[in-house]
Amino acid sequence: MDRFVFLTFDGLSKGAVLAAFALALVLIWRAARIVNFAQGAMAVAAAYAGYSVTSATGSYWLGFAAALVGGLLIGVVVERAVMRFVDHSSPLSEVIVALGLVLVVQAVLGMVYGNEFLPAGTPFSRNALSVGDVPLLSRYDLFVFGAVLLVLLGLALLFTRTSVGLRMRASAFAPEVSRLLGVNVGGMLTLGWALASAVGALAALLVIPTELGLHPHAMDLVFVSAFTAAVVGGLDSPPGAVVGGLTVGLILSYVSGYLGSDVTPMAVLVLLLAVLLVRPGGLFSSTVARQA
Amino acid sequence: MTADDVILQVKGLTAGYGAAPVLQEVDLTVRAGTIAAVLGANGAGKTTLLRTLSGLVRPSGGEIVYGGQPLRDVPVEQLVRRGMAHVPEGRGVVAELTVDENLRLGGLWRRDREDAAKALTEVYELFEPLAQRRRSAGHQLSGGERQMLALGRALVARPKLLLLDEPSLGLAPRVIAQIMALLRQLRDSTGLTVLLVEQNVRSALSVADEAVVMSLGRIVTATSADRLRDDEELRHAYLGF
Ligand SMILES: Nc1ncnc2c1ncn2[C@@H]1O[C@H](COP(=O)(O)OP(=O)(O)OP(=O)(O)O)[C@@H](O)[C@H]1O
Ligand SMILES: [Mg+2]
Repeated sequence: MDRFVFLTFDGLSKGAVLAAFALALVLIWRAARIVNFAQGAMAVAAAYAGYSVTSATGSYWLGFAAALVGGLLIGVVVERAVMRFVDHSSPLSEVIVALGLVLVVQAVLGMVYGNEFLPAGTPFSRNALSVGDVPLLSRYDLFVFGAVLLVLLGLALLFTRTSVGLRMRASAFAPEVSRLLGVNVGGMLTLGWALASAVGALAALLVIPTELGLHPHAMDLVFVSAFTAAVVGGLDSPPGAVVGGLTVGLILSYVSGYLGSDVTPMAVLVLLLAVLLVRPGGLFSSTVARQA
Repeated sequence: MTADDVILQVKGLTAGYGAAPVLQEVDLTVRAGTIAAVLGANGAGKTTLLRTLSGLVRPSGGEIVYGGQPLRDVPVEQLVRRGMAHVPEGRGVVAELTVDENLRLGGLWRRDREDAAKALTEVYELFEPLAQRRRSAGHQLSGGERQMLALGRALVARPKLLLLDEPSLGLAPRVIAQIMALLRQLRDSTGLTVLLVEQNVRSALSVADEAVVMSLGRIVTATSADRLRDDEELRHAYLGF
């Protein structure tokens, strides 16, 4: 029972990060109808930027801020310089361009920083605090929950309470009508990419210290898990991404806890396949018919 | 007709989708404060004309002068700032947004936040049913409510020129009559200019000052609405009834 409780908490904290990363995928899907396969590589690049700043200044928090700003900028550049010019009539070309971007980014990171794992520090202890005899959550886990929660709240407020959020939603749902109403749809798209990329960078910052460390491929498996989470949630729904992230986090934790950690990559793929076969629209897909 | 009477002047406009042009050498003059009906069969190019005027379709030739300024290279999203509002075919209500969000969207670009809020209130006063459904999503509205929403959203911008693409489509005769009366009232009280694309010829001619008939991408006749309504021969020749 203790083990189950421990695995549950561990799964939730893994899941929180997956939720954030899935949310980044959902943001871009909603804004541009693209599954951003380059998101892992973009997030790792931002994390390396943070690493450079932390190494130079000795401050985790300066590096943290630099990675988030780097994430924003990477999102802007990727949208403005690459995705804007992709032929959107075929989803395949978007996928191919994104995968090409992954190769380029990972190669460049490898050249600049090397292909070894670099140690990534945490601002808080990762030793679990015990309740009774059961180790539950570390201070770092609490920090992860807090950060993800803040992002969720911030995004929810942005989209439902601000005029920029309204513009962003309108641009995504009805770009032509939005332009007629004076909305800078191109700008909203860039903003969507920037936000998503920053959220992705945050997820990378949070998860990398709990894995092997910083590496050009550090987010590869996380990406697959988060993609699964986003699909479970329906790709279109931010709350769905959160529920999907937590679900996938729990499943991964139980599988690795009870069956061994070498089975987890397979478990992710099995789950992804199962969802795509049984409910390709995701478990939380809403079917609001578009009728402009 | 003095030059500053004219709000919209189109000369030799040619436009289309891909290689074959839809609009061919279209000439059109619209005076400020009038309602001009654009009539014609399905596929005549009426929608294409409106879409070209608001920049959604790039012309391949000719000129559009609006408010004394040529519109070449003015981005679509700037036109509403210059007083041109386009209610597209099918109304363009954003299905996923609420009534209130749809309406607010129409005034987001405005610097004068106070007047934007005032315009919003006026629209709710004008269209009672919308005021009762502020929180309903666009896809939950009836056809008539959608048309009110689309019109109201355009009015939040306090336009000078309103491009309306088949507002009567799918509406009951009584609602159509209300919309036409509203257009007339806006013209008389605010000096609004309307370019009204309609299949419903009788309704359109009942409010229009001027009328043009399009066929196969060309304007085949331009005359006063009265004349088109009363001259049976002319009507027969161009509208087939
Ligand atoms: N997006 C498009 N791509 C290619 N051709 C188009 C497109 N939209 C319209 N057309 C063609 O342009 C011509 C004019 O269409 P348009 O929609 O302007 O006609 P309309 O007068 O508005 O007709 P309706 O009364 O049926 O709305 C038609 O032959 C149509 O097939
Ligand atoms: Mg049409």
